[in-house]
Amino acid sequence: MTVADVLTIAGKDLFVTMRHRSIVAALVLFPVLGGLGFPLVLVFAGRKTGGVPADVLPALLTSFQFFFVVGAAILPTAIAAYSLVGEKMERSLEPLLATPTSDVDVLLGKALTAVVPSVVATWIGVTVFMTIADIQAHGTLGLWFFPNTTALVVMLLLIPLVAVVSAEVSVLVSARANDVRSAQQVAGLIVIPFAALYVASEVGAISLDSGSMLGLAALLLVVAIALFFAARAAFNREEILTRWK
Amino acid sequence: MILTDGLTRRFGSVLAVEDLSLSIADGEIFGLLGPNGAGKTTTVRMLAGLIGVSSGRASVAGLDVTDRAQAREVRRLVGVLPEEAGLYGDLSAVRTLDFFGRLYGMSKSARNDRAEVLLTRLGLWERRDDPASTLSKGLKQRLALARALVHDPQIVLLDEPTANLDPEAAGVVRDVLLELKVQGRTIVVNTHRLEEAERVCDRVGILRTRLLRVGTPHELRTALTKSRTVIELETVRDPDLAVLRDLGVDAVVVTANRIEATLPSRGVTSADVVAALVSGGARVTGVFAVEESLEDAYLSILGDLT
Repeated sequence: MTVADVLTIAGKDLFVTMRHRSIVAALVLFPVLGGLGFPLVLVFAGRKTGGVPADVLPALLTSFQFFFVVGAAILPTAIAAYSLVGEKMERSLEPLLATPTSDVDVLLGKALTAVVPSVVATWIGVTVFMTIADIQAHGTLGLWFFPNTTALVVMLLLIPLVAVVSAEVSVLVSARANDVRSAQQVAGLIVIPFAALYVASEVGAISLDSGSMLGLAALLLVVAIALFFAARAAFNREEILTRWK
Repeated sequence: MILTDGLTRRFGSVLAVEDLSLSIADGEIFGLLGPNGAGKTTTVRMLAGLIGVSSGRASVAGLDVTDRAQAREVRRLVGVLPEEAGLYGDLSAVRTLDFFGRLYGMSKSARNDRAEVLLTRLGLWERRDDPASTLSKGLKQRLALARALVHDPQIVLLDEPTANLDPEAAGVVRDVLLELKVQGRTIVVNTHRLEEAERVCDRVGILRTRLLRVGTPHELRTALTKSRTVIELETVRDPDLAVLRDLGVDAVVVTANRIEATLPSRGVTSADVVAALVSGGARVTGVFAVEESLEDAYLSILGDLT
């Protein structure tokens, strides 16, 4: 692996993908809506009762925080689809593959392009949310709820790992997809298991404590490693030039 | 130098290139001619170390393209222009060359200098900051050529460099090829344009899965097409045509007072034909040899197989 090549490819891809308004809009709107939207939900939820009860509030805050994991699954699919299927449509992969760059460098460069902006946008959103929600909840709980162990696991482990898994799934989908929209739609299915976990936590079916979050992170790490090898197998120049249509 | 020995590539049950053995000298422009699906693109991709081979061997500048590590070095040495320009529509010409220059490990100053030289030579300097998507097809192809040359490669592999270009744009590309030849680069060019192959190539190979013929354009023209001669007479008479038949001239086309005679491959020259006509009482007013084109040779070779 050549770090300089990975960064060069990621830099170029970032420049190109950030020229697509829909991607920029998604990266800006997601943290704004998530960071400001959930505190507003707390305001409206407690309007009639004088505030969300102290025994419900911690579970609610933890569930809301987990929503950002769902976001970390969505955002990379949009970027990776442009970065990979876009190149496929422009027929620009062959000149890139004709350089001395290795397949893995190209793959990592593209994955980095999808992961880094998504993680940064999600971190901004979750930070805004935690800051405002903390101020709101301090009066009820009598303590600063964030940051806590669960929040750290979400921010430092789950969000990056989910973004990586999502980017890897997008690579695999892009190998078969012929247009950006269908690639986004199919890769977007990655969100389903995380959305299911979010809903389950909201209805109290599961508890999103730091232990279960760590277990989920460990599972995601295994999945990410397995998907990396699958993505590497799909993303080799022989395969791309002779089978990608 | 580029060498191939029994180079073969299959895609499943489809044989794309079979038993290709070639030797291309340093500083030579070698043209690969052939119909669609003949294996030209596959050959270029194998030589560029982009795809593997099914069997046989190929080396470029002494490096084995079938070896993964050496194939990477081959890619460092060669410049490749794929059949489709494949530009990033959002990148300007300068950014495009800068990006590829980085991947070839060039320093910033080398990248800047090289971009200026190439874009100026290819008439793109005034449009250097415009996104590639705004360029005309001809300018896009020039930019793609600049991209292939950004790292100053000694070996250049070009897949249909002038396909679908207008004559002016094709002329610019051809001029650049000839300049590269003067600079001693080795060039392999796939083309459908036979007049282009004739104009720029030292040798051409006619490929249809297998390599059917190799030679200079002149060699292919003279070896593979029969000589034709146009003879102008005061009047074309039946006895004149009978004289030609007696000589074994198997195809005679009469237009007004002209006879276009296709001579047998061996034994009968234009002088023999004229002498026989004159002795038969014909009044000959002019004799012209018809120059056969590479296209005639190409069609003759492919025609022999169908």
